[in-house]
Amino acid sequence: MKLELGYIPIADIQFAKVSKVEDGTLYVDQEALKAFLYQDDDVRQWVKDFTFDIAKPGESVRITPVKDVIEPRVKVEGPGGQFPGVIAKVDTVGSGKTHVLRGMAVVTAGKIVGFQEGIIDMTGPGAAYTPFSKLLNLVVVAEPAEGYQDNKHAYEHAVRMAGLRAATFLGELGRNVEPAEVQVFETLGIREGIARYPDLPRVAYVHMLQSQGLLHDTYVYGVDAKRTLTTILYPTETMDGAIISGNCVSACDKNTTYHHQNNPVVAELFAEHGKTLNYVCNIITNENVYLADKQRSSDWTAKLCRLLDLDGVIVSQEGFGNPDTDLIMNTKKIELQGVKTTIITDEYAGQNGRSQSLADADPLADAVVTGGNANEVIVLPKLDKVIGTLDFVDVIAGGHAGSLREDGSIEAEIQVITGATNEMGFNRLSAR
Amino acid sequence: MVKEIERVGIPVVHMCTVTPISLTVGANRILPTVAIPHPLGNPALPAEEEYALRKKLVQAALRALCTEVEDQTVFEN
Amino acid sequence: MSYRVMHYINQFFANIGGEEMAHVEPQLRQGVVGPGMAFAQAWKDEAQIVSTVVCGDSYFAEHEKEAKEAILAWVAEEKPDLFLAGPAFNAGRYGYACATICAAVQDMGIPVLTGMYEENPGADLRTKVLIAATANSAAGMRKAVPTMAKLALKLLRGEKLGASCEDGYLNNGVRVNFFDRERGAKRAVEMLKAKLAGQPFVTEYPMPSFDRVEPSPAIRDLSKATVALCTSGGIVPKGNPDHIESSSASRYGEYNIAGVDRLTSQTYETAHGGYDPVYANQDPNRVLPVDVLREMERTGVIGKLHDYYYATVGNGTAVASAKGFAAEYAQRLLSAGVDAVIMTST
Repeated sequence: MKLELGYIPIADIQFAKVSKVEDGTLYVDQEALKAFLYQDDDVRQWVKDFTFDIAKPGESVRITPVKDVIEPRVKVEGPGGQFPGVIAKVDTVGSGKTHVLRGMAVVTAGKIVGFQEGIIDMTGPGAAYTPFSKLLNLVVVAEPAEGYQDNKHAYEHAVRMAGLRAATFLGELGRNVEPAEVQVFETLGIREGIARYPDLPRVAYVHMLQSQGLLHDTYVYGVDAKRTLTTILYPTETMDGAIISGNCVSACDKNTTYHHQNNPVVAELFAEHGKTLNYVCNIITNENVYLADKQRSSDWTAKLCRLLDLDGVIVSQEGFGNPDTDLIMNTKKIELQGVKTTIITDEYAGQNGRSQSLADADPLADAVVTGGNANEVIVLPKLDKVIGTLDFVDVIAGGHAGSLREDGSIEAEIQVITGATNEMGFNRLSAR
Repeated sequence: MVKEIERVGIPVVHMCTVTPISLTVGANRILPTVAIPHPLGNPALPAEEEYALRKKLVQAALRALCTEVEDQTVFEN
Repeated sequence: MSYRVMHYINQFFANIGGEEMAHVEPQLRQGVVGPGMAFAQAWKDEAQIVSTVVCGDSYFAEHEKEAKEAILAWVAEEKPDLFLAGPAFNAGRYGYACATICAAVQDMGIPVLTGMYEENPGADLRTKVLIAATANSAAGMRKAVPTMAKLALKLLRGEKLGASCEDGYLNNGVRVNFFDRERGAKRAVEMLKAKLAGQPFVTEYPMPSFDRVEPSPAIRDLSKATVALCTSGGIVPKGNPDHIESSSASRYGEYNIAGVDRLTSQTYETAHGGYDPVYANQDPNRVLPVDVLREMERTGVIGKLHDYYYATVGNGTAVASAKGFAAEYAQRLLSAGVDAVIMTST
């Protein structure tokens, strides 16, 4: 399977009468965008109003509470469309040509559903921890309709759809724009791969998806991941919008849709593909709450690793706590199949860094990359402008009563920062 | 905590839901239970059935305590 | 005004002699001796070595108590801003002396720093005192001095330490964040490539090792056995009389259940903050099965349900604390003649 990504660099975003991409500037007609979002039934029912705002790198702006971050893209050639099974009709994506509006993102924010949404600072110490401070962000702030508190799942769905629809609307503007740069990614069939790279180790990516329920969910081609069995994807399917986030778990280590679209493990494995290793495929597996599910899913992961005759895998996690057990079960069982593992996780070692970092452990997990200690405390100074609301800073995971201080600064764990300790290895943050 | 009790020579059975963590921390006799918020009960059952379920689990735990083990063992409930 | 540092070195680095002079008793000298010169140069005017303790390695090993007494008395007199020892590289007795004397000085409330090779026996104290990582021989002095001098200044200025790999100290069990050169996914691919090629690699998080305990023998006659209940599910008498915390508990409770037939929602509740408490509060027997065991006692299945149960909250509670609680009440269970324990967790 072969996918061409054409990158269209976006250097500025402006509100305008007509939506278009021209000379590196994205012009957005807010009324047209709003009308497009309201074409969804749930959005009509549960979102009273939308406001849009633009946050640029270096500006004194804080966005919170952040739900999801999405990169606008459009399928210009080949089967399928953006977010198959959710926005576009179900069809296998990952081949043909896709245009990407690079350097920007759609951020959904506002009063969301609970206590697990994050903060993006565009400047100051917090900005160093989130990759989204480096992007031009078009922020979609949703205002819930009456009664949303009793219909949190429906409201979460509405805001999720609004974000994906906004990204689709904007991505469409890049359809007829000539990309500045094109990259090609290709995965061969099993036999072809072995013939082409007979001497290279066979490596796959075990991609664990958060599926705890209660708004901690991930969707694959529109299917709730907790109702899936461990299976195989072409890496380019992930790059082409097959997996989206419906996840409201701690902001620091939830994988936003942007992370899925730009999965760094996929990118780094492709960079070595055909040179030092043969990148065979992605194996997606869930992190459910029942022990029987954990058992079954990890059994299947190990079984597929063996069946594919892999030499090594990289395993990435999402979230923490009982998913640490899924991570360790996967790692242990894969190693016992004779397949070598390297795993990516993050740590909850306490504010003083002295506690045990993971809830589970095994000596076979001997190659670990960490995204850092999520409990580390940070002080975020007051910024000039807030997009969204500061009403929830005290109660989001990683905050505490009194997190929002009288002078407008925030004292909290880096857990509150969107993407801070990402377990796909998106960032440079680490710990020792 | 189970290890500290075992260390003084008293046999101990660990009744818990997430048994992999119990294995990791080193319990020797492990009995799987119902669910994290109600290990020895099931609120969905009528009171009598729930009591019977709890009794069955405790009986299994006592059986584990009466069974010699050489290594970490997860008993069936 | 510059910071005042007191330095500890052995007979060899004080130019007294080698092994044949390792018996010399501790002596106090004013100012800089031996390697102290290099530190003084590195610090320029910001810090100075005011005095140097010289002690023979064998003397310290064989007369630890006397050596400590003498040295601590000098430290109390001098009141330095920092106590610096070594570096000891891979010299075993010297490393042991450096780490041990540092630990003692640290207890006086004075910041300490030493340096040695990671396999030096003295490095066993790495979780107690700050130890800079050095090469395994004195040839590594040129590299050790700048690392230690920098760490010393951080301690003197009261600055926060960076991660061990950044600031060059031996991993002390405290996890510290830092920005690495490459992103995590790239580091993971590099680590996997090394692992596949059988080349050395360093994990960023070594798995904690959990010790194992031999299983105790089974109960022979259940009908004569006294069975005790313990829980990490936070079941406590209503009102939580011992104020056990809902998370990161710092204590456990011992509660008398003699004559209690079953736990009720009027008299017991959970103090645990990590799970949905509704079910346990409705019927605490769902976590601590007093009702069933009482019946079994009546019908002679078990000899007796022990009069006391022990409870704490296992939610974010440090492993070390939990271990401490259990070690304490295990002794009480033992002396009360308990034959077996059922521990429940949520």
